[in-house]
Amino acid sequence: MAKKPKIAFFDFAGCEGDQLQIANLEETLLDVLGHVEIGEFREVRTGGKGPYDIAFVEGSITMPKDEERLKAIRAESKTLVALGACATIGGINCMKNFLGPGVYRPEVYGDRARWYETYDARPLRAVVPVDAEIHGCPIDRDEFLRVTKELLLGKKPWLPDYPVCVECKMAGNVCRYEFGELCLGIITRAGCKATCVTEGARCWGCRGLAPHANMDAARYVMEDRAGRSRLEVQDLMRMYLGYTSTTL
Amino acid sequence: MSAKKQSTAPAQKAPAPKAANAPAAPAAPVAKAKNVNVHHLTRVEGHGNIVVAIDKDGTVQTCRWEVPEAPRFFEAMLLGRSYTEVHQITSRICGICSIGHQLASLQATEDALGIRPSEQTVILRKLSLHGENLQSHLLHLGYLVLPDLLGVDSVIPLAKTHKKELTGLIALRRLSNEFCQTVCGRTTHPQRLIPGGMAKTPTVAELRELRQKLADSVDGLKGAAALFGAVKDKLPAFQRKTEYVGLVAHGEYALYWGQIGSTMDRRKPARFYRDITREYMVPQSTAKWSRNMMESYMVGALARFNLNHEHLSPLAAQVARDLGLVAPCHNPYYNNLAQLVECVHSTEDSIALIDALLTRGLRREFPAKITPRAGQGTGAVEVPRGILFHNYEYDDEGRIVQADCVIPTNQNHGNIQHDLDEMVPGLAALSEAEIELRTSMLVRAYDPCISCSTHCIDARGLEDDNPRGVIFVRA
Ligand code: SF4
Ligand code: SF4
Repeated sequence: MAKKPKIAFFDFAGCEGDQLQIANLEETLLDVLGHVEIGEFREVRTGGKGPYDIAFVEGSITMPKDEERLKAIRAESKTLVALGACATIGGINCMKNFLGPGVYRPEVYGDRARWYETYDARPLRAVVPVDAEIHGCPIDRDEFLRVTKELLLGKKPWLPDYPVCVECKMAGNVCRYEFGELCLGIITRAGCKATCVTEGARCWGCRGLAPHANMDAARYVMEDRAGRSRLEVQDLMRMYLGYTSTTL
Repeated sequence: MSAKKQSTAPAQKAPAPKAANAPAAPAAPVAKAKNVNVHHLTRVEGHGNIVVAIDKDGTVQTCRWEVPEAPRFFEAMLLGRSYTEVHQITSRICGICSIGHQLASLQATEDALGIRPSEQTVILRKLSLHGENLQSHLLHLGYLVLPDLLGVDSVIPLAKTHKKELTGLIALRRLSNEFCQTVCGRTTHPQRLIPGGMAKTPTVAELRELRQKLADSVDGLKGAAALFGAVKDKLPAFQRKTEYVGLVAHGEYALYWGQIGSTMDRRKPARFYRDITREYMVPQSTAKWSRNMMESYMVGALARFNLNHEHLSPLAAQVARDLGLVAPCHNPYYNNLAQLVECVHSTEDSIALIDALLTRGLRREFPAKITPRAGQGTGAVEVPRGILFHNYEYDDEGRIVQADCVIPTNQNHGNIQHDLDEMVPGLAALSEAEIELRTSMLVRAYDPCISCSTHCIDARGLEDDNPRGVIFVRA
């Protein structure tokens, strides 16, 4: 039998909720482990050494020092996969970018702000090339399995290029806008089965913008049609989608 | 299925702590200097280091628990955010305790805005908390602690050597995930919990099915208790008297609400949490440490057991007796056993709560109507690792002007250090590998969630007597 591919997990600033989803695969995880060799998976064990066939990296880059570590991981890995919103789009961590370092540093550190090295949060792809992305906050377990399988087979993983609304309709939900509420499903990349809407909340945008998302139309729907204030719309867009060149 | 047996060599400098559970060698004069340097302790959430240096004469030169982490500025990020989304943001402090963070957050918001959730909501929230407790404790016990007790370096080799036990634990853990899925809609970062109520409730059929599965899982839990009972003498017999802090409530094993109780102090309402947590900063950590009556105190399953053991469900009390867990217990390693006892309690109490829900009839309720107003509120919830506080101040549009989150692990850091201070001199005669194993097991017993603890660092409002000029250890 050919040598088993070696995979590893790394994390930067994040809640480790995505690695938790992998632990949550339970029995299926044991099957996956049968096909790969685990290099580094700190929550389980350390001790693996590179090079790795696949490195899964969770979390955002939030300080200059992170860059060195990420570049070292990149150099050792054939395939680098961003795991979860913090890693793929910057996610929740980017909320602080809107405050500006002049505010967030003293707010948390008081007069000790200068002790800390920190800068605006950013996704992995702002620092190194990323080969594949598994979106979500947290990631969807089935999607993780599918993407991992595709990577192990040497295929380029497939990502939906349509918005969450498509899956939301398939799930049979009543649209949030019918209740006069906001929802980012109209511009967010699908793949989550619209779980947040199905469970009673709204789409928060954690999977990032769908390709060719029409931001002007979205703004028209949210502000003019649904009549929500500029501030509310901005709050929602800045929660996950903060790392973008579009004005939010 | 062949989980590959890993080559030994963990990354640390010290030799592999494998099979190092041999009884302690009799205290002999220490012949050579010893250094234990565990950089990024494995099998804990987040990053932490243990540094121990013992010189030739057996004198402890250094003994430190270090917490280096990249902070994420949650308290700053909450500024200006609306009450409708605050719980979704704070949920992202920690993947494992996301339900607990949401509940503490919702309590604080509801307290500030003067909202009272319905009885049905409270029952469903208590269920969510039990589900999370099971998820987290079983992960910790099965995947993170068990390898120490069976003398291996990770859970992976157990798939070969202890297949039956492991699959039993995995089945329990899968059920705990289904539990959270059924009650709050997702296993992590749930979407049904909202201010004033539930966005969606489980159906009667789903609850019946869950109840059945929980009842069926009791045998599995007994099996897990027997497994841990058989290897529990691998837990060092170390004792240190300290203060235990946790929620207490009339007539129940308090998890969702209550007053702040202590084994050494009077009870206090949750909003006076700052009197107890009294955070201070220490040189070796980016996280804040806490003290109340003594130099440090402990929170978590053992603290809850010590405070609330009379209210354990019958089988949980039985399991505690079988495991030899008696309150007051001052052995921090026994936090692992207390977690196991809580798993049984959470299962039994969940069955009772589901019965209560089914008997009173599941109603279709609408979340309470909320009119934003200015105010301040506190939430206090027992999450798997101990008592968690959220405190918010809102402006009259329902937007945050001030936020404070006190994380269980931050309250435990000081206690971990004091345990190490007391324990390490007695270990001077042991080998480096053995010292590493004992100290690592101690830290792991606390089930620290370091990623969580440093994401909420807040250096404002330090008391004057606090050490200044903090040195921060970088990852
Ligand atoms: S993407 Fe979400 S689940 Fe993943 S680390 Fe970030 S906050 Fe946690
Ligand atoms: S609820 Fe959201 S995701 Fe669903 S159809 Fe409406 S806008 Fe799209």
